[in-house]
Amino acid sequence: MAEAAAPVIQFRDVEYCRGESIILRNLTFSMQPGETLVLLGRSGSGKTTALKLVNRLLEPYSGEVLVEGRATTGWNPILLRRRIGYVIQEVGLFPHFTVEKNVGLIPGLEKWPAQRKAERVDEMLRTVGLDPAQFAHRYPHELSGGQRQRAGVARALAGDPPILLMDEPFGALDPLTRAEVQDEFLAIQRKLAKTIIFVTHDVREALLFGTRIALLENGSLAGIYAPQEFLRAADPPAAAYVATLQKSPIPIPQQRGIS
Amino acid sequence: MSLIHFFLAHRLEIADSTGEHLWLVLISMLLAIAAGVPLGIAVTRKPWLSKPILGSANVAETIPSLALFGFLLPVPWLGARAGRLAIATLALYALLPIIRNTVAGIKSVDASVREAAQAMGMTGSQILLRVELPLALPVLLAGIRIAAVWTIGIATIAAAVGAGGLGEFIFRGLAMVDNRLILAGAIPAALLAILADIVLGLLERRLARGRS
Repeated sequence: MAEAAAPVIQFRDVEYCRGESIILRNLTFSMQPGETLVLLGRSGSGKTTALKLVNRLLEPYSGEVLVEGRATTGWNPILLRRRIGYVIQEVGLFPHFTVEKNVGLIPGLEKWPAQRKAERVDEMLRTVGLDPAQFAHRYPHELSGGQRQRAGVARALAGDPPILLMDEPFGALDPLTRAEVQDEFLAIQRKLAKTIIFVTHDVREALLFGTRIALLENGSLAGIYAPQEFLRAADPPAAAYVATLQKSPIPIPQQRGIS
Repeated sequence: MSLIHFFLAHRLEIADSTGEHLWLVLISMLLAIAAGVPLGIAVTRKPWLSKPILGSANVAETIPSLALFGFLLPVPWLGARAGRLAIATLALYALLPIIRNTVAGIKSVDASVREAAQAMGMTGSQILLRVELPLALPVLLAGIRIAAVWTIGIATIAAAVGAGGLGEFIFRGLAMVDNRLILAGAIPAALLAILADIVLGLLERRLARGRS
């Protein structure tokens, strides 16, 4: 069924340069509706750049990025971005807006009736695990990091966009909060069935969320794998990531007696 | 005691001049804000404008105020009336801190906030009006406060070109070597400046509150 559907996002031989340096080259892949593609790679591998090409924060130097069958450069950027939710590590909540106003921003821009907008904000806050009675009227600086990131996800989902772009959304959270928010997001991902591009440098996160994992190395695609394939992959870049999983992350301290 | 008696005896005159003074300051500040904020926004949008705009505002600032009154005197429409001349001069002085702080305020907006606004499909003017300017407001207001305090002080010199205001007392007092007359101009002007500083400072703090 998914095979027959038209791709939601398609990269066709995309190249992106900044000044003299090539950030992305020969990037080609396509995504089916409801799929979560994880872009995995080191810092500087071009993951974030690829993400920004989708909502036309950047435009390809050559090749094209198609969203719902149309090249991003042929879209009105405002209309394109209203169909694409965007969640970043720094969250980017508006500091002068309450949580309620932040989450209601896109419904407001889309001129939804007040009643429907208020209901939507409530629903979204509950979806991400924030009690509206407690949080709706708080300002971002009155929230913890995890709560802020949840509000950021709620804001991105509020306009019900079919596509979601996430740039290391949970990277700045402490390990316990991260695990919590990841679990919640996993539930949201299953429930809402959005088409998601998820950028991370964390293999565990890639395996957790990805229906496929695209490995980027120095701006080129090293391969696209289903999670199970990725774990068994023999090619060096993927194998290197898998090897980090097997390494015990903590050196176990030796018992030292005083003699 | 005699100073208090002098003030009481001339209270109507002092009140008149204070009114005139405030009027000069108010109009020139409004003009400076109306010109300075858009110029500041322009600088943040087109970086190449930064040098010419901030440069000329800087140059205006370095001209001694009395000389600037003189420079503008031959300008056809402006020089024809003392009030116009004074207001134009004062507005020129108020321009620099307003432009500079508009630029600084907008530049202080977190890059992630601007990126999020853009990525959510806000238009350029929506980003400016709903995100950048509101967030820049405390810094912008600090610029307006500085400009207001300066302008209140410099407006005393407007009396030299016959535009009235509290400077009248000061110039008359200097000519007649009468300290009471000088103080009748200087004290209200100083009080106005302090008052403007306090009121605008309070406003600034109120706006800055409730934000991280």
